[in-house]
Amino acid sequence: MLRVDIVKQLGDFALEAAFTSEGRVTGLFGASGAGKTSLVNIIAGLLRPDRGTIALDDEILDDTARGVHVPPHRRRIGYVFQDARLFPHMDVAQNLDYGRRMNGLAADAAQNKRVTDLLDIGHLLDRRPGKLSGGERQRVALGRALLSKPRLLLLDEPLGSLDEGRKVEILPYLVRLRDEANVPMVYVSHDSAEMRQLATQIVMLRGGKVTALGGVKVLSGTTA
Amino acid sequence: MFDISPTEWMAIRLSLRVALVATLVATPLGIGVAWVLARRTFWGKSAVEALIFLPLVLPPVVTGYLLLLTFGRRGLVGAWLADHLGIVFSFRWTGAALACGVMSFPLLVQPIRLSLAAIDRRLEQAASTLGAAPWQVFATVTLPLALPGILAGMVLGFAKAIGEFGATITFVSNIPGETQTIASAIHSLTQVPDGDPAALRLVVVSIILATGALVCSEWFARRATRRLHGN
Repeated sequence: MLRVDIVKQLGDFALEAAFTSEGRVTGLFGASGAGKTSLVNIIAGLLRPDRGTIALDDEILDDTARGVHVPPHRRRIGYVFQDARLFPHMDVAQNLDYGRRMNGLAADAAQNKRVTDLLDIGHLLDRRPGKLSGGERQRVALGRALLSKPRLLLLDEPLGSLDEGRKVEILPYLVRLRDEANVPMVYVSHDSAEMRQLATQIVMLRGGKVTALGGVKVLSGTTA
Repeated sequence: MFDISPTEWMAIRLSLRVALVATLVATPLGIGVAWVLARRTFWGKSAVEALIFLPLVLPPVVTGYLLLLTFGRRGLVGAWLADHLGIVFSFRWTGAALACGVMSFPLLVQPIRLSLAAIDRRLEQAASTLGAAPWQVFATVTLPLALPGILAGMVLGFAKAIGEFGATITFVSNIPGETQTIASAIHSLTQVPDGDPAALRLVVVSIILATGALVCSEWFARRATRRLHGN
């Protein structure tokens, strides 16, 4: 369960978001500039809220009143960025293994195989990120985040940098991820079609405020 | 003509040792300073920058003289180091290394700083969301990505240290076997009759060393650029 109740001033823009989510995939939906990325950065711990609390399951991650701020590397929250951000000096296998190494986890060959099979990236393992297509890069980024064994996975417009053809290619993997990976996700997008396919619960954001909460039916009547 | 005499060998070996020690000691310090200059803003930052880059524009004799006043036997720092740690710089090869280190420091720092500034900070954020603590981010992402700049800075600093003359001779004089580097040996040889053949031999050695350093740095830079673009 994810509980968010925060306030953050970013220049002229005020982000004030409060929601609780129990769904497998929480869709954070809104136009660009609605504050979606800032909100996921706050959940990841990359940005500190000015006021408020964030809790994941039973753990308080941020509580400004008590001066609590768990740094990103101790949150065990995976993050898939729109631009993949693979490490250019490591090959795909090293990228995938990075989270395990940093967290001091034991090597888990079975889990590695599950994830590489799920995302069809087994044949890319010895390649460098510079030699991957956009879609392949995004799949590796997904695998890298999953293999760090996160308690929650943040996906910030993972299809945003891909053209239509590539999007159609990646979407099935995301659906498989939702149904098989067993990690709750927060999925950010401005595309209502993507949301309908993936999300089990919607948080609608407009101008830094939550304007609607609920099932995918809150999307009806909205245009992308 | 190409019979290098024992005294000349001594100068060559000493130059290599002095430049190597100066570079190896200065590199970790240079990485730290470059990181602070590239990533932090603080009050008095321009003053710190000016201080680091001063040896580049001051007459080397001035730098050498200031080192003598500070790190000499009776200098403020020199006396303390000699009494408490037994480290003596004046008229020793260690002093030559210190002079070379100070003189080459700006050349060492600048490429490292530029390569640190060029690193995409978002990669460091990605590393932290994968569970890397700040020091792990530095060791596994920042440092490897800055490697081209670090190697370029080291080679440049080494080449500068090998050729350093003014500050070294002012600070630690020109003692064969202790502080007489290639540069000061050439200087001595030009002061005596019949010194030309020996001076020319050392000149050729200098040119070979300097060219070698440039070729190395070019090779490192190319290798590392490939690496940086993930090909």
